[in-house]
Amino acid sequence: MRRAQLEETVAVAHSPIEQFEIKPLFQMEIAGFDASFTNSSLWMVIVVSFMSLFMVAGMRKSAAVPGRWQSAVEVLYEFVAGMIRDNVGREGKKYFPFIFTLFVFILGLNLAGMLPYSFTATSHIAVNFAMALFVFVGVTLIGFIKNGAGYLRLFAPSGVPLWLLPLIVLIEIISYCTRPISLAVRLFANMLAGHIMMKVFAGFIISLGAAGVAGMVGAVLPFGVTVLLTGLEILVACLQAYVFTILTCIYLNDAMHPGH
Amino acid sequence: MELAAAKMIGAGIATLALAGIGIGLGNIFGSYLSGALRNPSAAPKQFTNLLIGFALTEATGLFALVIAFLILFT
Repeated sequence: MRRAQLEETVAVAHSPIEQFEIKPLFQMEIAGFDASFTNSSLWMVIVVSFMSLFMVAGMRKSAAVPGRWQSAVEVLYEFVAGMIRDNVGREGKKYFPFIFTLFVFILGLNLAGMLPYSFTATSHIAVNFAMALFVFVGVTLIGFIKNGAGYLRLFAPSGVPLWLLPLIVLIEIISYCTRPISLAVRLFANMLAGHIMMKVFAGFIISLGAAGVAGMVGAVLPFGVTVLLTGLEILVACLQAYVFTILTCIYLNDAMHPGH
Repeated sequence: MELAAAKMIGAGIATLALAGIGIGLGNIFGSYLSGALRNPSAAPKQFTNLLIGFALTEATGLFALVIAFLILFT
């Protein structure tokens, strides 16, 4: 009985989902809403200040022949600028600051989540959904301001036979409205699944290592897997930031040139 | 107790989506490889497209994980 209880507490203490717990660092309440400064906010502040420092201090001298630091900043800039050029075109240049901020913010949060004892803010759907909703509302507004009612052409692709049109329009409208959900859940699920997987394999090392010498030898296997998973997760962190941004670019392109 | 058992079974069934994801991921990488072997000079340009396809397909599988979690923990 006691042993079972003990095992249960151990299992709870090493639950792979524990890492996603939001802990308020100091309590705050604004107009009846819980607006505490949490560990999630703390990591966002850390990422934003680190990235701002990285950009501003890197470009402080802005030499014609860039040094190593300035090159790193310029590569990041050029990467996002190229993405907008290829996917949106010249008119997309106006929206560069927003998309660049989005990319750097998500990339920073994803990568900060890979540090030990850190917190992955993008593993919470509230954070992602806020960003995705911002993109969705912004893109819809831009589309209607640029094209007026012509933006509705987006829902009726050209070259579709007339009898199929009602069905296609319905499907297009549904897929348009699920954009913010899929955008948010994609990032959320990737971060959640990756971090749970890493915790589970790291837990195997501990439980095998506790089982004696033979267990310790066997623990080499999950240790190797954890190392590989860490690499995969860093790839996924960059990739998901890229995917979120490129989808934003594609949506923006739809708003600029509907009916293509 | 029956509800708990049904939840477990439901979460298990939700992971069936992995079959489709397996086919999809295999398809993406297989097609990329066969394309890259036919025309190696064009391969590096398509590598980012490969990664986008990989991420989008993988995310579809993770939607199933989210559903499984929703079934288990709500």
